[in-house]
Amino acid sequence: MADLFSNLGLGFSVALGLQNIALCFLGCLVGTLIGVLPGVGPIATIAMLLPITFGLDPVGALIMLAGIYYGAQYGGSTTAILVNIPGEATSVVTTLDGHQMARQGKAGIALGTAAIASFFAGTVATLLIAALGAPLTKLALIFGPAEYFALMVMGLAFAVVLAHGSVLKAVAMILVGVLFAAVGTDLETGQERMTFGFAFLTDGVDFSVLAMGLFGIAEILRNLDQTEARDVVRERIGRLLPGLAELRQAAPATLRGTAIGAILGILPGNGAVLGPFAAYTIEKKIAKDPSRFGRGAIEGVAGPESANNAGAQTAFIPLLTLGIPPNAVMALMVGAMTIHGIIPGPGVMTKSPDLFWGMIASMWIGNLMLLIINLPLVGVWVRLLKVPYRLMFPAILMFCSVGIYSINSLPTDVMLIGFFGLMGYLLIKFGFEPAPLLLGFVLGKLMEEYLRRSLTLSRGDPMVFLERPVSAVLFIIAFAILAAALLPSLRKSRDEVFTEA
Amino acid sequence: MKKALAFGLLAALTAVNARADSYPQRPITMVVPFAAGGPTDIVARIVADPMSKALGQQVVIENVTGAGGTTGITRASQAAPDGYTIMMGHMGTHGAAPALFKGLKYDPATSFDPIGLAAGTPIVIVAKKAFPAPDLKSFVEAVKAGGASINQAHAGVGSVSHSTGVLFDSQIGAKPTLVVYRGTGPALNDLMAGQVDFMTDQIVNVATQINGGTIKAYAVATPERNPSLPDVPTTKEAGLPGYEVSAWNAVFAPKGLPEDVRKKLVAALDAALKDPNAKKRILELGGTVPKDGEAGPAALQKLVESEVARWTPVLRGAVEANQ
Repeated sequence: MADLFSNLGLGFSVALGLQNIALCFLGCLVGTLIGVLPGVGPIATIAMLLPITFGLDPVGALIMLAGIYYGAQYGGSTTAILVNIPGEATSVVTTLDGHQMARQGKAGIALGTAAIASFFAGTVATLLIAALGAPLTKLALIFGPAEYFALMVMGLAFAVVLAHGSVLKAVAMILVGVLFAAVGTDLETGQERMTFGFAFLTDGVDFSVLAMGLFGIAEILRNLDQTEARDVVRERIGRLLPGLAELRQAAPATLRGTAIGAILGILPGNGAVLGPFAAYTIEKKIAKDPSRFGRGAIEGVAGPESANNAGAQTAFIPLLTLGIPPNAVMALMVGAMTIHGIIPGPGVMTKSPDLFWGMIASMWIGNLMLLIINLPLVGVWVRLLKVPYRLMFPAILMFCSVGIYSINSLPTDVMLIGFFGLMGYLLIKFGFEPAPLLLGFVLGKLMEEYLRRSLTLSRGDPMVFLERPVSAVLFIIAFAILAAALLPSLRKSRDEVFTEA
Repeated sequence: MKKALAFGLLAALTAVNARADSYPQRPITMVVPFAAGGPTDIVARIVADPMSKALGQQVVIENVTGAGGTTGITRASQAAPDGYTIMMGHMGTHGAAPALFKGLKYDPATSFDPIGLAAGTPIVIVAKKAFPAPDLKSFVEAVKAGGASINQAHAGVGSVSHSTGVLFDSQIGAKPTLVVYRGTGPALNDLMAGQVDFMTDQIVNVATQINGGTIKAYAVATPERNPSLPDVPTTKEAGLPGYEVSAWNAVFAPKGLPEDVRKKLVAALDAALKDPNAKKRILELGGTVPKDGEAGPAALQKLVESEVARWTPVLRGAVEANQ
């Protein structure tokens, strides 16, 4: 314990240096701004800003880049709430209730709740990294391919619960998502699948392309044909910050979300992506009135947002202690560290303690800054909703196109968001929800990989999933969730049959 | 009016003149066919900095990823050969690609004007900590004897760990089970956890784990030991002299550069590699800088031809066995 305090003391003495505070602030500010611009994600920004950090000392450079990363997570929720565009896989869930709240004139409350929940989660996760970072690394090594596959199956079970309409339609959407994930070059054989000979499909469909099309562009199309609905958002804006009653309502959800997100974030196999989905599922399951979800429930914002932010922080554990990047942004951080002559891995904590603890301390400072930057900005963002739609839509379209082009510099990506936009519009019209599709897409790719890898390692024996205790437990949870989701709807349809008779 | 016209004409004339003899006039794009932060990207950024100084114009990195790096190289190979688009190719895009990608739209040996080798990152043979063999010789015996019960990890078809791993297997005559990962990170995670037995990968990816004792190294596949792993023997020392392989990075331009532009680019790369700071950073990563006989366009052209000849039979066999 004394160690922890002296380490944190060292960390804060590094992070509170004038230059590092300034860099942390700059990173958070840039991160928030690019998070708010649809399409320009943290990956593109960190890649672009990497050369600028060459002149800085490594600690300062990494503090700034880390600030961009979690700043973008924050900003991404802002677009999810305001214009229904999830910037990353982890903010898909925030669109469900967050955007509904915005449509009901409660955008400020949703944004404020998101900011406060994220701050709380960030604080807890920072402490967790500081206290338990090294021992938690072991968890990463317990998870082999079979465990990850079981985890992803559990994730798909969550997706069924996510939908608030027909379970059958949700399952259909998940399967379409899994199919989209199968497009591209097969990892093991190098064969092309479902590319129809198009070169731009050889690497599959990009998540941002799919998300921006299905959510952002489709939302614009939908708004264009509903003339009445679009005035609702504009006229009633309501209070800017959540009141005491709302905070009390959001608090338990924040606590649960933080715990779930922090645990899943430690897993290097992209487990963090499940955090918000898991948090949302749990909130919906334990709520007294689950029908409020999808119609602007504040717990549906607080839970996933805290899970998202907690996961974003704990994702640094495998990076700093094992040298293994759990996602694309972290892979970029590895590159950034390497360029600065620090190769992340088991040695960082002992070899450069100032860097290790300085970064951890700066995470908390960064979270505080994000709160300070974001709470006053809530008013600005909300006022953005007052911008007339004839000006706002072209602006969103332009930002989406520029943003998506900046990721891979491929013109075909810009055309694809148009295609997926149209698809998303038709899906909404026919009563299908796009969120399960997106989750199916994200998990489908990982699931296939882990399934084939586990079976390669077990030489084709499927019993491996039940023989390994962690994987067996995860499978049992998945089936329990599925049963809980399916039974009421089965019963309901039987009731309907009876009423009709 | 007449005066203005004459002035304009004069200005236009000088501009034409200036373009002819003072390349570069505007920033130069260096296409990196892999994601930012990866080994090739890091080498490109280290070299681009002193190249900019030598040319007097910024060399800007553009990451165009996809299809094992061939998307970016294809696009750059089709750019105008005016010296404003160059690229950082590597062992995969200019050596292994013809064997792996049937519809490849460029020929590594004829579609480019080679500028020069930039850096090499040696390959290391690494295994899980618990692997019983004490040295490379007994390791090779164990892999041969184990057959399909041995698990070899690699980071996807066309990756460096795939090509160099398949080369290793064919040289020692072993047939382990190949376990595929998306990238080196997850493969390394499973190697640390002992889920897989061994892999071959670039030194920059594995050096800290070896030094941290989470995985073990049997040999470095270069003629000399590497300063970042001083205790690890070379393949020659350890008894496998035929296995010498390095993931090299080299600068190319689209075919047909004007001679003066080509000379300027060659000189700029040469100056960049002599820059003490750039050299130090490449060495710190465990990389190597080209020796006298390896630098320059002629040596690069020869390297590309020999690499295509080396990888094609090895990889064709491996890819066909997989389908």
